[in-house]
Amino acid sequence: MPTPSRLGVGICFMALAGCAAPTTRETPDLGRLATPSEVAAWDVSVAPDGTGLPPGRGTSGQGATVYEQKCQSCHGERGAGQPNDRLVGGHGTLATARPVRTVGSYWPYATTLFDYVRRAMPYTQSHSLSDDEVYAVTAYLLHLNGIIGESDVMSAETLPKVRMPNRDNFILAYPTRPK
Amino acid sequence: MARRKRSSPKPPVSEPAPGNGLLDRRIFLSSGLAALGAAGGLALISPGAARAAGPPDTPPWTQYPGGPLSAYGSPSKYESTVTRASIRSQPGTTGSGSSRTPLEALEGAITPSGLHFERHHSGVPDIDPEQHRLLIHGMVKRPLIFTMDALMRYPMQSRIHFMECSGNSQLMYGPTPPALRAGDIHGLVSCSEWTGVPLRMLLEEAGADPAASWLLAEGADSAAMSRSVPMAKAMDDALIALYQNGERLRPENGYPVRLFLPGYEGNMSVKWLRRIKVTSTPTMTKDETSRYTDLQADGKSLMFTYPMDVKSLITRPSPGLTLPRPGLYEVSGLAWSGSGAIAKVEVSADGGQTWAEAALTAPVLPRALTRFRIPWKWNGAPAVMKSRATDSTGEVQPTRDRLVADHGTNVLYHYNAIQAWSIAANGEVKNAYA
Repeated sequence: MPTPSRLGVGICFMALAGCAAPTTRETPDLGRLATPSEVAAWDVSVAPDGTGLPPGRGTSGQGATVYEQKCQSCHGERGAGQPNDRLVGGHGTLATARPVRTVGSYWPYATTLFDYVRRAMPYTQSHSLSDDEVYAVTAYLLHLNGIIGESDVMSAETLPKVRMPNRDNFILAYPTRPK
Repeated sequence: MARRKRSSPKPPVSEPAPGNGLLDRRIFLSSGLAALGAAGGLALISPGAARAAGPPDTPPWTQYPGGPLSAYGSPSKYESTVTRASIRSQPGTTGSGSSRTPLEALEGAITPSGLHFERHHSGVPDIDPEQHRLLIHGMVKRPLIFTMDALMRYPMQSRIHFMECSGNSQLMYGPTPPALRAGDIHGLVSCSEWTGVPLRMLLEEAGADPAASWLLAEGADSAAMSRSVPMAKAMDDALIALYQNGERLRPENGYPVRLFLPGYEGNMSVKWLRRIKVTSTPTMTKDETSRYTDLQADGKSLMFTYPMDVKSLITRPSPGLTLPRPGLYEVSGLAWSGSGAIAKVEVSADGGQTWAEAALTAPVLPRALTRFRIPWKWNGAPAVMKSRATDSTGEVQPTRDRLVADHGTNVLYHYNAIQAWSIAANGEVKNAYA
């Protein structure tokens, strides 16, 4: 049986080995350093605190025009859905037998809307909208859902402050899954 | 003789296991098989045996030389009905949707690459590997860009794992059991040998900040599909996968490079991987908030339900595979768990009143499809067959009633309840809530 002092030495040794491993293990190291401009060109993701939001701005009124031209054929008039996802309404339906999950009724973060539209929409030509257009269409959908006012400006400053109605109804199952 | 036996002898291997004709799982593995064969049941294992090609006939393929060599083989033309099932895409698209593995048509544990299920969010991109790059950046000392040639020079690991879409079996949340084949219902699961570079090695080379507890993985498809991944998983067993079943990834499985997270819901194993950003918090992308979150009956949603739960189903018999007549059959199925290896699969032929333990086909690997088998002598009466898996953490597959009572029917994801097939007197097999 190890004495307390021997045990202590063992723990120290293991801790040192654990720290040293990443730098001493020989690996191929075949990546080349990415330049800041290369990283900036690819880094389109936006976090809930607004990290990653670009300069620019837009309002619901401007967004209505973008929506009618680029989004309506798939998502219906004023986000009513058909042939693809409904984007507006459904408030108060989540605990019923027919829940309607939309941007307004379900999505917990407004930043996700900007992130997703910029990276993936419109479906047939993603990455084609300007940042101003993405801010505008984000504002339009938030306004249609009654979350912001018609003249509210969406920008890197204002979007992270938008509080989504369903924000507090998500329970984290990681790292521990609730039973 | 008045002397009582002090202990009963070990039953012969052909002794029935509990309930309605299930036999000891070992009989097909031992000499017990010969005894059953002699009893006349064995012929039924291979119904529809050859009628014309045996001696003394000489069929054409025995008389003349066969076809040429081929550059890349394909299945027999007689197997042309074995295809991906339930191919469905969203309106106005041809590539945003899913196709399923025809589980009832396959045996063993490995899924042929061409029958691996698909789930795409903006079609299958046609990526030139010469132009494709993987960027690792964010909370790292050295942001790095890797070419595919560079990744191919790294030390690799090969592991056999299932991949399951968390939306698999979604139709089973519905009010009536869908009248579909096993693959149509449960075929968003497949199993392959995946080979690639441990993600940990690349993160260490980039000098990932020990304080960073998340990363964002992003694809190069036109949806730029993206998911947040716990750093603990990335540093544990995540692979930057380059090969599937010995060959380079198929385009629909992420060519030239994908993330692979063993046991986690399939959507997180981002295909066509182009970017990993090391972060302090989850990014809360569309596919981890508006999708792949599990809406409960009370209107709350579980978020980040990563490991796929312990699950099993019988693939033979199953809907579409009618039993031609009473007699001896081998019941065969698949079990898996995202939290470990399969410890046990029990089968019931009487609707769950009694259970017998099935044989697990080696190797029984963690987070891999595991084939189970058990002999069954069907007496021709209506029967309800079920399988119930237990994994190495002790988790047991729930009944559908239990799952629905705990989570409701609005969940969409992570359905893992016990599957019941009802067998009619005419041998027809139907999906049942029983």
